[in-house]
Amino acid sequence: MTEPSKPQVAFYWCASCGGCEEAVVDLAEDILGVVEAVDITFWPVALDFKRADLEARPDGSIAAAFLNGAIRTSEQEEMARLFRRKAQLLIAFGACAQLGGIPALGNLWERNAIFRKVYEEVPSLTNPEHTYPEELWSSDGYVITLPAFRDTVRALDQVVEVDYYLPGCPPTPKVIQDAVAAILSGTLPPRGTVLAPDIALCDQCPLKESKPERLLITEFKRPHQVQIDPQTCLLAQGIVCLGPATRGGCEALCPRGHMPCTGCFGPTSRVIDVGAKMTSAVASIVDATDPQTIDAILATIPDPVGTFYRYSLASSRLRRRVLDDRPAAADAEDAG
Amino acid sequence: MPDHQEHTGPRENGWEPTIVAFFCNWCTYTAADLAGTSRLKYPPNARVIRVMCSGRVDPQFIVEAFARGADGVLIGGCHPGDCHYVEGNYKTLRRMALLRRVLEEMGIAQPRLRLEWISASEGEKVARVIREMTESLRTLGPLDLPGRRRRWDAEVTLPAVAAAPIQELAAQGR
Repeated sequence: MTEPSKPQVAFYWCASCGGCEEAVVDLAEDILGVVEAVDITFWPVALDFKRADLEARPDGSIAAAFLNGAIRTSEQEEMARLFRRKAQLLIAFGACAQLGGIPALGNLWERNAIFRKVYEEVPSLTNPEHTYPEELWSSDGYVITLPAFRDTVRALDQVVEVDYYLPGCPPTPKVIQDAVAAILSGTLPPRGTVLAPDIALCDQCPLKESKPERLLITEFKRPHQVQIDPQTCLLAQGIVCLGPATRGGCEALCPRGHMPCTGCFGPTSRVIDVGAKMTSAVASIVDATDPQTIDAILATIPDPVGTFYRYSLASSRLRRRVLDDRPAAADAEDAG
Repeated sequence: MPDHQEHTGPRENGWEPTIVAFFCNWCTYTAADLAGTSRLKYPPNARVIRVMCSGRVDPQFIVEAFARGADGVLIGGCHPGDCHYVEGNYKTLRRMALLRRVLEEMGIAQPRLRLEWISASEGEKVARVIREMTESLRTLGPLDLPGRRRRWDAEVTLPAVAAAPIQELAAQGR
């Protein structure tokens, strides 16, 4: 049974893929050490606790709550607020909670466009009755509700205050263990800190030495288009690698596996906006001085926003696509 | 970000476009000086920031300007081949080419970002470019990202206060 002296921790997921939950399991035998030191009081993916159990707890009675996933629905927002009340430390666990993550690429559209795509237009779908999810539905005297689906995906700290951030997609076992150790030993850095080294990924990359003094690129290539040379800096091979604008701490897992960094650890403290910073870094190494050649070389990057803001769109300075930035007259023409 | 740091955005009446203009020390800023001493008239909508080279203009500055309420961003540098630092303006040319695509995907209309080569003797061009840009932004209407953010956040119960990254950077002495 529960020993009251052990600190209580909780895990929860919002808009996420489940990889962050898997990352906890990936601690393997080391999770036993964690379980020895703490009581897991809420973890819906693994243990049978309900929201009512959490609501019944006294405020502040959970030592640390680890929330992964972005905030897309009204329910996720409610749960985030509930955890903020019940937990002393609220920790954004993983790229989606920290930055918005992959789900935040949905910020290039809004709710109706996404619903139309998902419930009408996908080729594998038949929906002759044009059925869409309804937030409120009554049938046979029963009322059925669904959470509201928001237009914009948000990082956790855009909804509630967050104490610490654990970066990564998902956070690596080492980063998790270091964080748990810091919490248990009371050696946490100042509030608001990202719990990973504040250095660029390139600093941890085994290919760093092979980066030429001056990078000059005439064609960008995607990993499936080339045989990657395992001895050479990926940027030098024309492969877009987000190492220069991304925080280290993963120990360069992807470059070690001969794949470019996609930026899941998010920015270092010196980077305001990952996408704009990478736009700068990548454009600078284009080997051309006339506009046509520059455009032709840059055209080999087919999806700049999806590449440079892959995990960080929600927390970027622009946050989401502006849907109506054109003169009022143009709207009238469209309508007419 | 606290509201007082943002441009207040469109007023009901008499909205005027705000242009944040980054001018390089050696060419365009000197040209703007010339425009002034020559008493050329142009709209007062541009807020000029002098940088040593157009190559100093980090794309982060541009998204930050938009995020804080600029309706347009103008970058003025030396003509190709004339850069005081040999190739800073070529770097700008490349960065703006890619940033334009990013901004387009983010739904920001293309005339909001303008790059012009203006040499120290082209005071008249400074006046003309600012005139043209002010006009095209007037047609386009306000971008007003601070106001848009508030409207986007109307769907959540209690929007969190966004961090102010510029101050963080300043605090680190960068």
